[in-house]
Amino acid sequence: MTSVASQTRLARWWDGDLAYGFRRSPVAIVSALVLAVCLVAALFAPWIAPHNPFDLATLNLTDALAPPHGMAGARPEYLLGTDDQGRDVLSAIMFGTRISLLVGVAAVALSVMLGVSLGLVSGYGGGRLDAFIMRAADVQLSFPAILIALLIDGVARAVLPRGAHGDVALVVLIVAIGVSNWPTYARTVRSSTLVEKGKEYVQAARVIGITPAAILFRHLLPNVLGPVLVLATINIATAIVLEATLSFLGVGVPPTRPSLGTLIRVGNDFLFSGEWWITIFPGAALVILVLAINLLGDWLRDALNPKLK
Amino acid sequence: MVGQDATQEQRAQLRSDLGLDQPFYVQFARFVGRAVQGEFGLSLRQGRPVSTLLKERLPATLELAAVAALLALILGIPGGVYTALKRNSWLAQFLLAVSLVGVSLPTFLIGILLILIFAVILGWLPSFGRGETEAFGWWTTGLLTKSGLKALILPSITLSLFQMTLIMRLVRAEMLEVLRTDYIKFARARGLTDRAIHFGHALKNTLVPVITITGLQLGSIIAFAIITETVFQWPGMGLLFIQAVSFADVPVMAAYLCFIALVFVLINLSVDLLYYAVDPRLRIERLVPAH
Repeated sequence: MTSVASQTRLARWWDGDLAYGFRRSPVAIVSALVLAVCLVAALFAPWIAPHNPFDLATLNLTDALAPPHGMAGARPEYLLGTDDQGRDVLSAIMFGTRISLLVGVAAVALSVMLGVSLGLVSGYGGGRLDAFIMRAADVQLSFPAILIALLIDGVARAVLPRGAHGDVALVVLIVAIGVSNWPTYARTVRSSTLVEKGKEYVQAARVIGITPAAILFRHLLPNVLGPVLVLATINIATAIVLEATLSFLGVGVPPTRPSLGTLIRVGNDFLFSGEWWITIFPGAALVILVLAINLLGDWLRDALNPKLK
Repeated sequence: MVGQDATQEQRAQLRSDLGLDQPFYVQFARFVGRAVQGEFGLSLRQGRPVSTLLKERLPATLELAAVAALLALILGIPGGVYTALKRNSWLAQFLLAVSLVGVSLPTFLIGILLILIFAVILGWLPSFGRGETEAFGWWTTGLLTKSGLKALILPSITLSLFQMTLIMRLVRAEMLEVLRTDYIKFARARGLTDRAIHFGHALKNTLVPVITITGLQLGSIIAFAIITETVFQWPGMGLLFIQAVSFADVPVMAAYLCFIALVFVLINLSVDLLYYAVDPRLRIERLVPAH
C-alpha cells in the first residue's frame, strides 16, 4: 500500500507540484542557474577553459603574477590574472572545481552507501547489532566531522609508505570525508526503517518467504530513501567545504592536481605581497558553489516537506 | 632519530631503548600504560617528549578558545534576543543576513578575508603569531601585553563567528517559540514590564537548549581552532597537530586526539550536570520514584 502511495506521490512531484514550486521560487531558480554554470564550467573544463594550467608547454613565466582585468598591468588573455608560474587563475578555478565536485559527490555517495546499509541493518535487525551500530554512531557524532576526517587522513599517512601517498591522496580524502559523515544517514534510515518494518507489505513479504536481504534492499530501501536524498543534497556542500578545509590545512588534495582548497592554500602565500587575486577568486568560487547548493538544498527540503504546505 | 651514519650498535641500542624489539602486544600494553599517565613518548619529528610539547602549546589554544567562546556568547545571546524581539527592524534583518554569511563561509576563508582587510590593506592588526607573551610558571599568556591582545583580535573573531551565528539563530528561534506561550501572555496581562517579561521569563526559559548547544560547541571551538591556528600561524596545539599529521608524527597525533577526546567527555559531562542546575523540573523528577 505504502509503496503504491509513494509512487503516485513521486509521479505527482514530477507532474507539477515540485516543478510549479520551483517556478515560483526566485531563489531556487537563481541558485539552480548558478549551479548549472558551475557544473558546466567544471565538467567541460578541459574543452572550454581558456588555458590548460597543467600543460607545462603552454606556461610562460613572463606572464606570472599578472593582475585581473581592470587593474594596471593586466593582460587581456587572463581574465582573473595569473599565479606565480603564469597559470591562468580562471582556468585553475575551473579545473579545481572539477576536483572539488568529484571529491564532494564521491564522499557523499560513500557516506550514503555506508549510512543507509548500516541504518537498514540496524533498524531491521534490532538487538545487539542495532545497539552496537547506534552507539558507534553516537560516539562519532559527538566529535566534529573534521576531526574524524583528520584522524583517518593522519592514520592513512602513517600506514602508507611515503611515495605512495601522492597517488592515493584523492581516494584517502574521499574515504576520510565519506566515513566522517555516515552517522546522520544511519540514524535517519534506522528511524524510518523502524516505522516501515511494522507495515503490512513487509509482513506480507516475510510470509511469502522472501530473504531478509531482498526485503531490506528491494522493499524497505525505496521507502526510506526520500529523506536521505534531501539530506545528501545539502551534505554535498558540507563535503565540499570539508574537502576545501582539509586541502587548505595541507592534508588534502596534493598541489599537483589542485582543488579549490589547494588553490586557496597556495595563493595564501602571496596575500602579503599584494597578489590577492590568486587566493580570493578561488575562495569566491568556493563560496558561490557552496551557497548555490545550500540554497537549492534548503528549497528542496521545504518543497518536499508536506508539513509546510 | 639516529644519524645516517649511525653504526649497527647504535641502531640496536635505540631500538631496545624505544622498546621496538618487544612483541606487538607488549609495545601496545606499554603504550596504554604510559598514555594513562599522560606520557606519550617522543615526537618523531622533534625528538622531544610529546607531553612537554603539548604543555607548551596548551595556553595559546585555551586562551584563543576561551576568548572566542566569550565573544560568541556576549554577542550571540543579545543578538538573538534582539532579532527575536524586533523581528522587522532593519538591524535584525541585517544581523540575520550576516549570520547566513557566517554559516556558509568556511572558517579559513573568513580568516583570509580578515587578514586581507585588516592586516594587508589597512595594516592595523598583526596577521600571525601571538605577539609578546608573559610567563607564569609554565603558563604563558598574551592577555597582558598590548601586542598580545592585538594579535588575539583577528583569530578570536574568526574562530567565534560561526559559533556566534549559531547561538544567535538558536536564541532567536527559542525566544520566538517562548514568546508565543500562554505564560508570557499571562505575564503581560499581569502588567509586568517588558524588561521583566523578556529577560526574567522568556530568556530564562530558552536557556536549556542554549546551554546544551553552547556547551557542545565549546568542544568544537577547540577542534576548529586547528583551522584558525593554521590561518594565523597561532602557536597552539592545533598547529602542532596539523604539522604532526603532514609528517605522520604518530605520538603527537595520538596525544592530541586523546586530549581532545578527554575534553569532549568532560564537556558533555558538565553539560549534563548543568541541566540539573538550570532546569528545576529535572530535580523534581528525580524525587518521584521511577515508574
